[in-house]
Amino acid sequence: MDKILGNKKAYFIFVFPAFVVYFIMAFIPIIISGYYSTLEWNGIGEKVFVGIDNFIALTKNNAFMSSVKNSLILAVASIVGQLIPAMFFAIVLSRNIKGEGIYRTVYFIPVLLSTVVIGQLFLKIYNADYGALNAFFGLFGIKGQDWLGNTKLVLGAAFFPIIWQYIGYHMLILYTGIKGVPAEIYEAAQIDGANERQMAFRITIPLIKSTMKVSLTFAVIGSLKLFDLIWVLTKGGPLHASEVPSTLMYTTIFTRMEYGSGSAIAVFIVAECLLFYFLIEKFFKVDNITY
Amino acid sequence: MKKIHIPDILLQVVLIAFAVIQLYPLVFLFFFSLKDNNEIYGGNVMGLPRQFKWSNYENALFNANVGNYLLNSIFVTLVVILISGVLACMVSYAIARMTVKINGFVKTFFSLGLMIPLHAVLLPVFIMLKNLKMLDTYQAIIIPYIAFALPMAIFFMIGFFQTLPRELEESAFLDGCSIYRTFFYIMLPLVKPALATISVFTFLSTWNEMMFAITFINSEKYRTLTVGIMQMVGKYTTDWGTMGAGLMVATVPTIVIYLLFSKQVQSGMVSGAVKG
Repeated sequence: MDKILGNKKAYFIFVFPAFVVYFIMAFIPIIISGYYSTLEWNGIGEKVFVGIDNFIALTKNNAFMSSVKNSLILAVASIVGQLIPAMFFAIVLSRNIKGEGIYRTVYFIPVLLSTVVIGQLFLKIYNADYGALNAFFGLFGIKGQDWLGNTKLVLGAAFFPIIWQYIGYHMLILYTGIKGVPAEIYEAAQIDGANERQMAFRITIPLIKSTMKVSLTFAVIGSLKLFDLIWVLTKGGPLHASEVPSTLMYTTIFTRMEYGSGSAIAVFIVAECLLFYFLIEKFFKVDNITY
Repeated sequence: MKKIHIPDILLQVVLIAFAVIQLYPLVFLFFFSLKDNNEIYGGNVMGLPRQFKWSNYENALFNANVGNYLLNSIFVTLVVILISGVLACMVSYAIARMTVKINGFVKTFFSLGLMIPLHAVLLPVFIMLKNLKMLDTYQAIIIPYIAFALPMAIFFMIGFFQTLPRELEESAFLDGCSIYRTFFYIMLPLVKPALATISVFTFLSTWNEMMFAITFINSEKYRTLTVGIMQMVGKYTTDWGTMGAGLMVATVPTIVIYLLFSKQVQSGMVSGAVKG
């Protein structure tokens, strides 16, 4: 038995193919990204080593700074706009309300849609001349807006579908967490005369903290590395008003051909995600609960 | 149950209202995929189409080439699901069961992948593919997709392998069955449910992926739905109906798969979250 399961040749055969693909396509490129971020290079000409100059230049780059600010705003907006409704619906649906299964299925549908589809769809909804949103406001005699063309409105308009899409996802995560809390606890609370609200705030929420942490981590990290929807809706414009780090990275690399500077943004995004990951781990300490 | 504070009726109203918010964009899409421009520009943006213009779908599938993009997406997704599924099973079996010293290292190595955002590798992979003259081919997206499907699949499969009883394998070994035969004929059939969950998860991320697709694929021949639709935009900006039909074609497969496997989809997406 041990001899068979300790067989190094068999182990190699099982692990090697996946290892190679993953090593070449994921592991090595990360290291190369780090290397590129220290270069001044347009992809064709000579590579000039500039050390941390690209990073220093970023701190003086207004577009970059505002892109970081936007992604932090999105992170906060996601926490408020996704997690609170998600928690509400998760609690409501977990108490065997009529139609629970249907609601759960329906709320989850936006999560499955491709961001390209959602983006295109919202381009039509926001369309200044013929869009559904302006048509809706028109019913009440409110003047329509150029939602994605106005630097003051674009950020909110672009963030709305992002937040909307994943409410159902967080709801499902939290719902699964709540379903893991044993029913006896609620029964005991009821006998003691607790009402629904007390049970939600005193039992459910404290007991599913570790699930909430997962949701929180996802909402924050997802916001920091967001690319797709902004790219489809605005490509970061107008005038960088809806820029996020990853869209700026993309245009820096593929439009302006500044490979070094673009890679520095890529490295920044990875570092920022890791930083927030560890911050959440540290400030949101949860003990593992066993029943 | 004790008397409930928020009346159930009110709660149902809130739940239905939210369901409408979640579904309306999709309904809006379905409606405008069947309208002609006169109707949209004539003021009927939101409502039911007056005449169902199914020819929009014909136009999208054949003239705008969405049919071709659909086939490409199906092909790429199937290959990725198949290869990443097999590779992930092999690795997870080895990690979950075998007693080789570097096991811990291999496991950590793959789980690091759960934290890597695609952005971090975009440019190096692009340059790598360019140097290998592999840009604008099926492999250009298939191989990176496989690589990035692996960590999640491996993590999930390890957990599943660990729940399986060891007796079956032990008796197989005692009967002189080799580890490869045991893996293929005894273990693989047992992990089918987990494989289904992982396949659905991989399906969704591959089908919907955009950043790699729009960067590594350009020519008409290899475009998947996400690239194809991004490219359609310029040409069909004013033709809402055809564009809408194209978007519907990209969406219907996911919805169908969801309705067929909603349990696997939901558990797959949640376990992805909980472990990631």
